[in-house]
Order: sequence, then structure tokens, then C-alpha cells
Amino acid sequence: MDVRSQISMVFHLDKCIGCHTCSIACKNIWTDRGGTEYMWWNNVETKPGTGYPTRWEDQESYRGGWEVKDGELRLKSMSKARSLTDLFHHPSQPALDEYYEPWTYDYQNLFNAPEGDDQPTARPVSMVTGRHTEIKAGPNWDDDLGGSPVYAANDPNFSNLNDEQRAQLFAVERLAMFYFPRICNHCLNPGCVAACPSGALHKRGEDGIVLLDQTRCRGWRACVPACPYKKTFYNWKTGKSEKCILCFPRVETGQAPACFHSCVGRIRYLGVLLYDADKLELTASLPDEELIEAHRDMILDPNDPAVIAAARRNGIHDSVMESARKSPVYQFVKVWKIALPPHIEYRTLPMLFYVPPLSPVLSSKSEGVIKNETETLFHEVDNARAPLAYLARLFGAGHAAKVRYALKKELAVRLHRRALEVGDLDRAAADRALLEADCTAQEAEAIYKLTALCTFDDRFVIPPSHREMAIEMLEDPQERKQAAGFGFLAGPRRGA
Amino acid sequence: MNPAYPDTFLFAIFPYVALAVCAIESLRRYYAQPFTYSSLSSQFLENQYHFWGIVPFHFGLMAVLAGHLAAFFVPRTLLLWNSVPARLYLLEATGFIFALLALIGLTNLIVRRITEPALRVVTTPMDWVVLALLAGQISLGAYIALFRPWGSSWFAASLTPYLWSLLKLSPDLSYVATMPLTVKLHITGAFALAGLLPFTRLVHLLVMPLPYLWRRPQVVRWTGPRRIQGASL
Ligand code: SF4
Repeated sequence: MDVRSQISMVFHLDKCIGCHTCSIACKNIWTDRGGTEYMWWNNVETKPGTGYPTRWEDQESYRGGWEVKDGELRLKSMSKARSLTDLFHHPSQPALDEYYEPWTYDYQNLFNAPEGDDQPTARPVSMVTGRHTEIKAGPNWDDDLGGSPVYAANDPNFSNLNDEQRAQLFAVERLAMFYFPRICNHCLNPGCVAACPSGALHKRGEDGIVLLDQTRCRGWRACVPACPYKKTFYNWKTGKSEKCILCFPRVETGQAPACFHSCVGRIRYLGVLLYDADKLELTASLPDEELIEAHRDMILDPNDPAVIAAARRNGIHDSVMESARKSPVYQFVKVWKIALPPHIEYRTLPMLFYVPPLSPVLSSKSEGVIKNETETLFHEVDNARAPLAYLARLFGAGHAAKVRYALKKELAVRLHRRALEVGDLDRAAADRALLEADCTAQEAEAIYKLTALCTFDDRFVIPPSHREMAIEMLEDPQERKQAAGFGFLAGPRRGA
Repeated sequence: MNPAYPDTFLFAIFPYVALAVCAIESLRRYYAQPFTYSSLSSQFLENQYHFWGIVPFHFGLMAVLAGHLAAFFVPRTLLLWNSVPARLYLLEATGFIFALLALIGLTNLIVRRITEPALRVVTTPMDWVVLALLAGQISLGAYIALFRPWGSSWFAASLTPYLWSLLKLSPDLSYVATMPLTVKLHITGAFALAGLLPFTRLVHLLVMPLPYLWRRPQVVRWTGPRRIQGASL
């Protein structure tokens, strides 16, 4: 057992209101520089939709993630030999058009335009060329299903939906949508790291944050196609790639990452998970339907004495263990099993998990009258507006069982609380729902509390914020001991 | 025979200056400005013509360079091969084709850079110098392959000894003095490119990621003092 600690995340999709506050918080801190204007390390997509960059989930064209071929786990994007011949031109690198051309407006014209008969306008100006431009797309062009016959209809996740289910998503009285906020998943088996020819991308041993060493990056761009979530970006001005750093300077000082901290819907949870790194390759090579379970199996119980001993052998600090025991992520993922990894079939083993969204009661229209299809107060999991098959594509590697399990439990918690709070639902029905959902009243209460009543400290259990640990993440405090005096960065050597 | 002054400068002094500058500045830049040590790919801004420029250019040039290296390291084998005229022509023709490939690629790259407004934003004056030098150098090479079909034998018989004499710090100019002007220009161009290399985006050539071929897929960096040695990641 090789115990590692990983800062992991849960996004509760039932709570996301699609306000994009998270994206703005991130942009203001990290990606407002030249060459990064088009990057959204955090972006919020409307699902169904094509996302950002357009159709990023279509791995037949982007070739992200891993595949098992001849019993061997390998990158989908290229073999090692090809990696050298494709250095100059990467066949599946997305270009600016797949994202969008960033723009600003010529605001000065509003002030400086000569007097005339017409109101002056602020024309859009490209932030790449600096010239006037026509805006053709943006990072959330299909927000709230805008233009869905054009955009959402191209959602790659429709692949295993039948025609009726597809039609359902576009009939006004039946349509469903939800928001899908995305950041780097800080995966256990990151495609970007494995693809980087220069060894610039790496996983931080202490907390598992995936970082890109800017001085080692030579701009070969192999990481961009290799990340199936398209969360490494090429900075066209510096010629280097960049990615979400999980606000490590904030995390090291005990603060939540900016997108977490600012989240209006309070959908975001952050905490430590312990995992067994020995199981990595085996897990990532399993058949699709076994992936979720095996991934969950890699996560270790921080209360298990064997795990505690192994963690100590690996130098994991007791305070990290302490926060692992309090981790909200552990509850959602491992105990309650209602948070699921996105597209685990890409085999990067993402460490950001999603609680799948419930959707409104399904209605139908007959002779101009719209009526609910279900008698009950809430919808039925198998007859929901967002078809289970669709959610299974996103969160179940195409298999509905795990998603159904999560949704049933979420629903049972609602029924349980409804019976308690409002009382228009009889207790027996609520209990039956709990039983069917493999949930006890206690567990339902715990889920309810962490979902609805959670405080800042419940949501973010950040491992050691002591400074002496924090500094070790960046540099060894012993490094200059007995070598340099106060104020020297290089040793005070005189030379010859 | 006392070589003419320009020859002394171009073939006995300039190569040393160029190579010294190349070595010193390459190292200085590597350690002092590691961030700048790469090319600046423009595939992201223009992905349509990029392939038709960058790929023929690189592969054409690499093949041609491989030919030059062969003449430098195994001159005898090369001369032996060339002793049959048909084989000489085959070699020269191959060289010419690859040079042409590189030239076509380069032309595409230049045209692309001029016509795409987005690319002009990321193009520095030094990029133009590099492009012009490369264009000149490859054109000269292609010209030599086509009109001086003894080129490869000359290289093996005369240039290789000259280059070795340079390396041995006693340049023997008699080997180059009688070369046609085009060949002389080609030699000087090569040293000029070498001297300029560390000041340009060409430094990416020095950091070819060969270790990737035998590296483990995952990279983990421990920053604290630690930890399990020889672990699976
Ligand atoms: S800030 Fe929170 S609620 Fe708003 S879009 Fe982002 S994740 Fe959703």
C-alpha cells in the first residue's frame, strides 16, 4: 500500500445556479494576462450543450485521455514514437477557433467620436490582433440552452439516446437543462502529465495538485489534446501552456481556491482523500463498467489503522490525516456514494466528483394541455426530464446503475425532509424511499446537513495551513542552511 | 599559397567566433533565462496552412542535415558510394528533393506569417532574420545539389578535412580556397546561423525532448524533504 494524499473536490450540481461567479473570480486572478484572455480555467457549461472548447467531449477528434489497446494502457493522442514526429504540428491540437476569439470593446470611441448625427458605438476589438472584429462565438455561447437546435443538438453525450429521448430534450414542456461547472480535475492518472515531452507537467507529491512548470515547458503542446477535459491551455503569446493551479498559493495558506470561495450556490466542497497509488495502473486499465467502483476502491479509509500506519510510513503529516478524517469529499464519494467522477471512461481518474442533478417533474402536452406525468410530488428517477441515459454518459461511463443509485438517494433525502418539514408526505412513503435508496434516516440527515446547511468550514477542510508546511511545498527550508546569510538568494561566494 | 584576406576571415576566424558565441550564449540563456528557451508555436492561431509549412520544412531540413552529418562522420563511405555516377546522382537528387521540400515548407511558413494578421502579432524582427537566413541557406544548398552535382563528394573530400582542421584548431584553408562562391557562401551561412542560433527561437533545437522516449508516464515532484524511494510513481 502506497498511501498518497490528494486534495479532492465535489461539485453539487443540484445546487449550481449557473451564475458564472466562479469563472469571473478565476479570470480576475489568473487569466487576465496577454495570451490567456481566451482561457477559462473554470468555466460553466449548460448541459445539454457543446461546451468549451466546442465539443470537447468528442475524443474521436480531440483524442484526449487513455485507451486500452492490446491489454496495454496508453495515451489516445499518440504513441511515444509519434510524440517526437508530431512535435512540430500536433494533429489534434485545438486552435483558437475551437475556443473563441477573445474581444474587448473600443470604449474610447464613446468619448472621442467626432460630433455627428448618430450615436457613437463601441465596436468589438479582437484581443489577439487588436483589430475590429466580428464576434462569432464566446466561451458560453449556448448558455441556458441558447440556440440549442444548433449547439445542444451537437452534444456528444447524445450518442446513446434514442430519438424519443433526444426529442424530449427539445420539446419546450419537457426540456431539461443543468449547469456543469468545470475546472482541472487534478487527476490521479493525468493525460497531460504523461503526454508532456519535456517533463514540465507534474503532480505534486504532497497534495496531488497537477502543475505545469513554466520554465521547463518548451511549448510542444502535447498536453492540450492529451487532456480529455481540455483543461490545459496554450498561451499563444508566451508559447507555453498553462492550467488551473487549484489556487495553490491560497490553499497553502488555508484559503479555499477562488472559484470555491466565491461560489454563490455553495456547490463546492474541498477536502483530502487518501488513495493507494499502487493500484493506479490496474484501475485505469479496467473495463468501462468497473471503473467507478475500482476508482472508489483506491480511496482509503483514514480511520483504518493499517492505512494510518502506511500513511505515517509515507511521511503524511498527522494534521493531514486529521483533515482527511473530516473531509466532506470522503463523505460524498466514499460513504454516501452520491458523487461521481465525470467521464471516467477517459481513464485519467479525475479527483473532482459531481453530485448529479435532479430534474423537474416530466410533463407532457396533449390537446394543448400540459400535465405532469407523475402523480408524486417529485419526479421519478427513471422518468426524469434529463434522461438517465444522458446523465449516465456524463457520470457513469455510459452505465446507469451508479447514477441511478445517487439520484435515488438524493431523492430519498428530499422525501425524508419533506415528510419532516412540511408533513404533506406520509412517513411510511419517505421511509420506503429511504429503504429503496439504501439510505438510513441518519444518513439522510447527514446528507441534508452537508448539502443545505453547510458552513464555510464544513465545505472546505483544507489540509495543514501551518506555514512551515506550506513553505515546504515550494522549497526546502533547509536548502540554504549553512550556505547563505540573511538577504542572500545565492550563496555569498567570492569566486576565484 | 597565402589565402586571400576575406577567406582568412570567413573560414579561419569567423567560424570560431560563431561557434564560441553559440556555445556561450546558449548556456547563458539556458541558465539565466530558462523561460525563453523554446520556439513559439503558432499552430494555435492558424491551424490550416500550418501543417503544409511546418511539416515539410522540418522533415526536409532534418533529412538534409542528416546527409551533411553523414559526409562529416563517414566521408570514406560516402566517397565510395559516389564512385559510381548513377549513385552520385541518386544521392544528389535525394538531397535536392529534401531541400526543395524544406524550401516549399519555409515558403509556406513565410507566406502564412505575412498574410495572417494574428501571426504578425507574434512575429519578432528576429523571426524575419531567421526566416531570411534559412531561406537563403536552403536555396544555396538546393542550387549546389542541382548545378554542382559533385557537391556531396566535395563535402566528403574537402569540407570534412577542413572542418576537422577547424576542430583541431589549425584551420587549413587550402581545402576551401578553391571552392565555388556558392559553396563558400553556404559554409559562411551555416556558421552565421550557428552564431545566431542562441539569440533566436532556434534554441528549441537544443532542448529536443529525447528523454521522453524512456521516461515513466507519470511525473511526481516531491518538494518537501522526502520520501519513499523507488515508489511506483
Ligand atoms: S459560482 Fe457556484 S453556483 Fe455560480 S456558476 Fe459557479 S459553481 Fe455554479
